[in-house]
Amino acid sequence: MMLLTCPWCGPRNETEFHYGGQAHVAYPERPADLTDEEWAEFLFFRDNTRGPFAERWAHSVGCRRWFNAVRDTRTYEVLAVYRPGDPRPALGDAVPAPTPAP
Amino acid sequence: MSTTPLPEHPAWLWRNPDPKPSYDAVVVGGGGHGLATAYYLARNHGLTNIAVLEKGWLAGGNMARNTTIIRSNYLLDQSAAMYEFALRLWEDLPAELDYDFLFSQRGVLNLAHTLQDVRESTRRVNANRLNGVDAEWLDADEVAKVCPILNTSPDIRYPVLGATFQPRAGIAKHDHVAWAFARACDAMGVDIIQHCEVTGFVRDGDRVVGVETTRGRIGAGVVGLTAAGHSSVLAEAAGFRLPIQSHPLQALVSELYEPVHPTVVMSNHVHVYASQAHKGELVMGAGVDSYNGYGQRGSFHVIEHQMAAAVELFPIFARAHLLRTWGGIVDVSPDASPIIGPTPVDGLFVNCGWGTGGFKATPSAGWTMAHTMATGEPHPLNRPFGLERFTTGALVDEHGAAAVAH
Repeated sequence: MMLLTCPWCGPRNETEFHYGGQAHVAYPERPADLTDEEWAEFLFFRDNTRGPFAERWAHSVGCRRWFNAVRDTRTYEVLAVYRPGDPRPALGDAVPAPTPAP
Repeated sequence: MSTTPLPEHPAWLWRNPDPKPSYDAVVVGGGGHGLATAYYLARNHGLTNIAVLEKGWLAGGNMARNTTIIRSNYLLDQSAAMYEFALRLWEDLPAELDYDFLFSQRGVLNLAHTLQDVRESTRRVNANRLNGVDAEWLDADEVAKVCPILNTSPDIRYPVLGATFQPRAGIAKHDHVAWAFARACDAMGVDIIQHCEVTGFVRDGDRVVGVETTRGRIGAGVVGLTAAGHSSVLAEAAGFRLPIQSHPLQALVSELYEPVHPTVVMSNHVHVYASQAHKGELVMGAGVDSYNGYGQRGSFHVIEHQMAAAVELFPIFARAHLLRTWGGIVDVSPDASPIIGPTPVDGLFVNCGWGTGGFKATPSAGWTMAHTMATGEPHPLNRPFGLERFTTGALVDEHGAAAVAH
């Protein structure tokens, strides 16, 4: 069982969350211009990193907001959580403990 | 202290050779699929200057971790052809390999708990019959006759409305399957090299000409990747991407009990599958953990969920004691169908994407992968399962179509 820290609600049990796969995959700016290969890449190909991996989670039975986490897929250790729109934190940086909303 | 000398060690089933400088074909991954690939490369294509490279010990990955279910009742034509071919090979392999690996055709029930389940199940029975796969639709009373310990009363949360039944399905002892293939490979001259991890690929232009390993560089005419959950890691080292996500998949066994469970039961709706091994353990599994992971372990709530389903379906299991749980790393593709074929690197072939259902396909995966590696062209059975389907859009969408737990 993993303990995940929602950036808005604080640490909660894994069962409160829904997994969203790789983070920072942007929708193509001009989808109509994509070749079949590029479209396949966007639809079906995601990184499958063995090690620290930036991924999306939704706090689906809590605040229902999405956020990102960097988690080591070998140990399942959560290295950082951050709000959507924020850049992926550099590894090794001290990640400030998220403050629950008042 | 006893003075009786220990008995002689029985004959080894395979040698433990040092790697040669090069081979005509190198298979990366010494699990069931890798061993079957090497076996059929030798048996069907006369290639015997082959090595199987295994980073750990032989068949210590998913081949030792699956729930040993064998069946071919898939909905789509391409899948039914692939899995039924495997089932026919399974029926001959104990004699062919001269090894009784306890293949037991005790049948599989796939339960239906909702009206939609019933519709999908009867559709699948009809599709199976058109594809030459044995299949029947049983109502709840008939289900109870096949598996008396199943709770078919109408007063449970998700009553059993009926089930599909494939009598030729069953189980086999997975580690013995690996040993049978390994012995047969070894007898034909295949080098099985354990504790030899592939760390990179040697290329000459666009073509692979060898592999870098923890035991040195090994030259190769062709290379086949049969590494299941670690396929993406190898593909990245070779310079291309696979549409694969690796997830932990857990299973568990109870302590040993006298035979109570005569068949295999799978329920996609309440999500558990259960059989009883020859030795007596109740063997159960369910779905993957949702997150990507390489840790060969998963989260406890997944186990808890499947146990709740199992106890509801099998009240007799309520007092059973859990012996152990474990996890393997499964390679899930976007359409829940395998990928077998060429890669963007010449001479490098891949067999992956079997997700949670690779054990049952061990013989046909090996057969078609061997054909692809030996001839450079896919076998008719794996032609629909190439990497190019994600570009053409010709998915084999068992995920969406069959609603059958893999």
